[in-house]
Amino acid sequence: MKPHLAKKHAEKIFLGLALTALILTILFLFTLLWDVISDGFPKISGGFLSGYPSRKPSEAGILPALAGSAYLMALTAIIAVPIGLFAAVYLEEYANKSYLSRILELNIANLAGVPSIIYGLLGLQLFVRFADLGRSVAAGALTLSLLILPVIIIASREALRQVPKGFREASLALGATKWQTVWNQVIPNALPGVMTGCILALSRAIGETAPLICLGALTYVAFVPDSVFSAFTALPIQAFNWVSRPQAAFHENAAGAILVLLVLLVMLNSFAVFIRMKFQKQYTQG
Amino acid sequence: MSFAKTLETEKPIRRVIQTVAEKLIESLCFLCAAVSVLTTFGVVAILCYEVAGFFTKVSFSEFFLSTEWTPLFYHKSFGIWPLVCGTLLISFIAMCVALPLGLLVAVYLSEFAHPKTRKVVKPILEILAGIPTIVYGYFALLFVTPVLQSIIPTLEGFNALAPGMVMGIMILPMVASLSEDALYVVPRSLREGSYAMGATKLQVVFSVVFPAAIGGITASCILALSRAVGETMIVAIAAGQQPALHFNPLKAIEAMTAYIVQVSLGDTPHGTIEYQTIFAVGAVLFVMTLVLNMVSLRIRERYQRMFG
Repeated sequence: MKPHLAKKHAEKIFLGLALTALILTILFLFTLLWDVISDGFPKISGGFLSGYPSRKPSEAGILPALAGSAYLMALTAIIAVPIGLFAAVYLEEYANKSYLSRILELNIANLAGVPSIIYGLLGLQLFVRFADLGRSVAAGALTLSLLILPVIIIASREALRQVPKGFREASLALGATKWQTVWNQVIPNALPGVMTGCILALSRAIGETAPLICLGALTYVAFVPDSVFSAFTALPIQAFNWVSRPQAAFHENAAGAILVLLVLLVMLNSFAVFIRMKFQKQYTQG
Repeated sequence: MSFAKTLETEKPIRRVIQTVAEKLIESLCFLCAAVSVLTTFGVVAILCYEVAGFFTKVSFSEFFLSTEWTPLFYHKSFGIWPLVCGTLLISFIAMCVALPLGLLVAVYLSEFAHPKTRKVVKPILEILAGIPTIVYGYFALLFVTPVLQSIIPTLEGFNALAPGMVMGIMILPMVASLSEDALYVVPRSLREGSYAMGATKLQVVFSVVFPAAIGGITASCILALSRAVGETMIVAIAAGQQPALHFNPLKAIEAMTAYIVQVSLGDTPHGTIEYQTIFAVGAVLFVMTLVLNMVSLRIRERYQRMFG
């Protein structure tokens, strides 16, 4: 009877530990969110959203950073989504399991684990210096595109794999060519999954700070970028700039910028969840 | 009759065009896939190029044997160890937080939790994983450090402890969800066999399921370590900018990534030794994470083969 009791207690102790770990983690998340919201919420106002950076923390705003982030996102999506999707199509639909495709796969898996700051060094040398794009929106977007490409490829391949084999066979049997099958049957059916993956990848890009700092994205930009070749700042960079100053008033500004960034992320992610839910409905219908 | 005729006359040209187009599109898709290889090639080439330039000015022995890192001072010294030490110290603290908590959460979710609990906890972990690192940095500097200072009065404003702990929570979702996947694929028959021998649930979990999944769990932990080594914003914000060779978590220290940020913030002209140092540091960082990622990938592959 006694050893049995000890075993029972051991299980209780373990469960207690595990629940403590879980609660600590959740508590951490809520403390973090509460801290950012309570610091940043009083800052949010029309003036803060439409203002320009300033020496006086109370007058500073985030318009250039917000516009810079929007520019970056749009350009990154235009560059990275088609390349990522077609790369995934090649790996799933065309490549036979040869030595070459094995190398491609291993390479993508490794790239996904390269620290983002290394992409910053690559972008600094390749786009800023070699391609002579300067510290521009274009250089930033190209760097971020390379950064999220592995994520998009992995997510797109997953989505392509979900399309039933019968769809392809039926299309080929009707006389469609390989590409007609891929373009008219496979991609449309995989699109919701691909879009979800792309949105999640973009939401990673929007929060990236390190590679953009590495490129030398200016932290003090008092204008909205007017072309892809103009200098820019972005929300996380503006937040980093403010958080690394000693004055507490600037820290509040940083919290405000971070809060705006988090709201953008929540919006992007809800959009992804919305698409995912719609996608599931389609599948049950037929 | 005429229909058949048009088909016949049009067929060869159409077919040629179609075959060419198909081939073109396939090559285009291949090119897109090749971008990833080119990226790797680009990273390696650029690091090698700048590092070669760096080592014409600084000797190998100084880089690997000197214990001082002061490239931005008048008296320059280029010993990489203080930066490596900073990175390793903070990563070690992060792993001390992430491993126990992450594995407890993984085992709990995989073996004990009610499906409803899983449904609530999984998205929370995903949220943690999706928060930008700049937010963690802000939190480490302006919330965790002051709180810790009220407990440990000798803690400096910049220190290794706060960013390490926050980074631990940041990589926890990675440890938890990848380890949980590894536990989840352990075949049911193994558990049932163990239960049939009269084992309790805890015995089943720790003497059968956990050892069976140890490959996947190790792989996830190594991947998390690699993520910690390469993490930038938390350490750049909260750990400080003093490269120093010590293992005191209460004092300021500079990690490799933080140094790259520090130099990038100033306007360092191309071709100077300061500019080259960030590539030298980047190369060391790249090699460290690459080795960790490869080891993790290898272990996972071997593990997956075990259970199909």
